[in-house]
Amino acid sequence: MTVKSTARARKKAAPGVPDTLRATGTDAQPELVQLLTPEGERVEHPDYPLTTTPEELRALYRDLVLVRRFDGEATALQRQGELGLWASLLGQEAAQVGSGRAMRTGDYAFPTYREHGVAWCRDVDPLNLLGMFRGVNHGGWDPNEKNFHLYTIVIGAQTLHATGYAMGITKDGADDAVIAYFGDGASSQGDVNEAFTFASVYNAPVVFFCQNNQWAISEPTTTQTKIPLYRRASGFGFPGVRVDGNDVLACLAVTRWALDHARSGNGPVLIEAFTYRMGAHTTSDDPTRYRHAEETEAWKAKDPITRLRAHLEKEGLADEEFFAAVDAESEQLGLRVREGVRSMPDPDPTLIFDHVYSEPHAQVDEERAEYIEYAASFEAGENH
Amino acid sequence: MAGQLSIAKALNEALRKSLENDPKTVLMGEDIGKLGGVFRITDGLQKDFGEDRVIDTPLAESGIVGTAIGLALRGYRPVVEIQFDGFVYPAFDQIVSQLAKMHARALGHVKLPVTVRIPYAGGIGAVEHHSESHEAYFAHTAGLRVVTPSSAHDAHWMLRQAIESDDPVIFLEPKRRYWDKGEVGAAADLGLHDARVVRPGADATLIAYGPMVKVCLEAAAAAEEDGRRLEVIDLRSLTPVDFATLEESVKRTGRAVVVHEAPVFLGMGAELAARLTERCFYHLEAPVLRVGGYFAPYPPSRVEEAFLPDLDRVLDAVDRALAY
Repeated sequence: MTVKSTARARKKAAPGVPDTLRATGTDAQPELVQLLTPEGERVEHPDYPLTTTPEELRALYRDLVLVRRFDGEATALQRQGELGLWASLLGQEAAQVGSGRAMRTGDYAFPTYREHGVAWCRDVDPLNLLGMFRGVNHGGWDPNEKNFHLYTIVIGAQTLHATGYAMGITKDGADDAVIAYFGDGASSQGDVNEAFTFASVYNAPVVFFCQNNQWAISEPTTTQTKIPLYRRASGFGFPGVRVDGNDVLACLAVTRWALDHARSGNGPVLIEAFTYRMGAHTTSDDPTRYRHAEETEAWKAKDPITRLRAHLEKEGLADEEFFAAVDAESEQLGLRVREGVRSMPDPDPTLIFDHVYSEPHAQVDEERAEYIEYAASFEAGENH
Repeated sequence: MAGQLSIAKALNEALRKSLENDPKTVLMGEDIGKLGGVFRITDGLQKDFGEDRVIDTPLAESGIVGTAIGLALRGYRPVVEIQFDGFVYPAFDQIVSQLAKMHARALGHVKLPVTVRIPYAGGIGAVEHHSESHEAYFAHTAGLRVVTPSSAHDAHWMLRQAIESDDPVIFLEPKRRYWDKGEVGAAADLGLHDARVVRPGADATLIAYGPMVKVCLEAAAAAEEDGRRLEVIDLRSLTPVDFATLEESVKRTGRAVVVHEAPVFLGMGAELAARLTERCFYHLEAPVLRVGGYFAPYPPSRVEEAFLPDLDRVLDAVDRALAY
C-alpha cells in the first residue's frame, strides 16, 4: 500500500517514510502516534523510534512545568488588570514543547498567538510575549534573533509567510526547515490551503503543525472538517500524520522526523497534534456557554505533565529533589514575570509614528511633528 | 536608453536591470514565465534569469503576496505581479494587514521590500474586474507606499526605485498606456515620491496621475487655443503625496481641478481637495473641483467612455473653476 504523491515521487535519500503516513486512503483508520500513554507507560511506535536520556526527559518535564506556570501567571495578570487579554495554552504544552524542542537552531517557527511554549523552546524572553497582551506594542521582538516570528492574529495568514520563508531556504541551498503553527479552525482558511498548495508544488521545507485543540472559540472541529485533519495533506500530495498532542515524546519524535523529511528535500509534512484547549479561547471567552464540563474532565485524565511525571517516578528517573527544584524554579519564573509585567512602562505616544515605514514618509513625519507640538502645548499650559 | 520605448518595454527593462543588479530580486506571479505575463511586461525574463528568479506561481493571489512576505523575511526582494486590478482583493489581508504592518509590529526589526505591481484602471474595453482603480484602498493604509507612473521614463525609473525601496510599494501601472511610447532618460531625475509639473501654466492647476495625465495634457493643449494656460501636475506618488509641489502651484494659479478614474466619492481627490483648501485657503479663487468616475461599479465596456473622465469633462470642470 503506497501513496504516490508528488512529494514522495521526488523524494531523495528518504529518512524513512513511516507506515502511518500511508494511511491516507478513505478507508484507512486514523492512527494516533503515541509514545507515552496517559498513565505514563512508555510505548514504542515502529515508525518513530525515540531514544531519550533521563536528562532529556527531565528537561522536557521542566519545560512543560515552566511553560504552564508562565501561562498561568499571565492568566492571573490579566485577571488583575495588568494584561488586556491572554490566550492560554493550557493543555497544549506537550504539543508545543515537543515540536519546539524538535527544532534545530537554524530552523524557523511561525506561530499563531498561542505558541508561548514554542517561544519558550526558542529562548524568547517570556516578557516579550506579554508586551502585546499588555498593549505596549504589537509584538516588537526581533524575529531573526531566535528564529521565532511575531505572533500572527489573523487566522492562518502566517502559514503563507512560513511557506515563503521555506521557499527562500530552498533558494539559498540551506538545510534549515520551518514550522508553521496553526489550529483546527485555521484549517478552513483559504490562506492555509494556499500554503499547502505552494509548499507542495515548490517542495518547500515546511512542516505544517496543526494543534487540533478541538475548539475554534465556540465551534467544535466538526464545524471545520468531515475528515481527520491530517488526511487533508494527501489531497495536496504530501504526508500527514496524527500525533497524540498531549504526549511530549510523540510530538518530539514525529516533528523531528517531519523536519528532517522537509530539510532533506522531500517537501512539506502536515502534523495534526490531537490535543485539547483546557481553558477558554482567551480570557474574554466563556466556554460554559458551548461545551460540557464532562468533556474537559475527560481530557484532564490525559494531561501532558501528569503523564510525564508518572513516567519519571515509575521509572525512577527523577527524585523528589528534582521535582522540588522545578517547582522552586517555577515560582521564580512566576515572580519574574509578575514583576516584569508590572514594571513594564507604557511607551511614549510617539511610538504611534515609529516604524510605520523604514524610510522617511512626508505625511507620517508631518503628523508626528503636529502631535509633538500639540502635546507640548499642554505642558506649556497654553490649552488650559 | 536608446530611442523611444513603450511603457511596457520600459517596465520590462526596469525588471531586467533590477534582476541583474541584485541577486536577491525575484519576480512572482501568474503566467509571468514563458508567457511573459498577460501584458508581456516580464517577456523574456524567465528565459534569461531562470525559473528560480522569475517564478510562475499557483493561481492564488493571497498565496502570492503571503509567500512573497516570507521570502522578504528570508532576505529576498520579491516583485509580485497581480494579473489584473480586480484580482488583488483575495490578497487584501496579506497586503493591508500583513505586508503593510509587519515592519511596525516588529518595531523596525524586519523590513519588507516587496513591490506589488498591478495593471490598473480602464479604457481598454475589458470585461468586468479588469478596469478598476482601487488606489484609495491602498493609499489609505499606513505602511504602504503607492505610486503610479504616466510615462515610459517614469515607468522605468519609478519601478527601479520602488524595487530598491525597503518598504512595501504598490506599483500601479496604467494599463491603457502600456503601449504609449516615450524617451527613457539615462537616470532618474526625481525621487520616487516627487510630483512632476508636466506642463507649466498660470490660470489653473490640473492634478492627475497614471492614465489621466495624458487626458489632462490634451485638455491643457485644447484650453490653450482658448487662451487659457493650464498647469498640469503628474502626482506620481499617492502616498506620500508631494504637497509642496501642489501647494506652490495652486497658490500661484488660485484654482485646482483633481482628475482620476476612480469614483470621486472618497477618492484621492477628496484628500487632495481638503488639504489644498487648508493650505491654500487665502489663495484660492474657487473651490478645488474633482473629476472622476461615478459612484457605481465599473460599467460594461460599451459605456465606459461615459464613466471615464475625458477631455470635455476636464474642460467643463476648468470652466466651472474659472467662473467663480
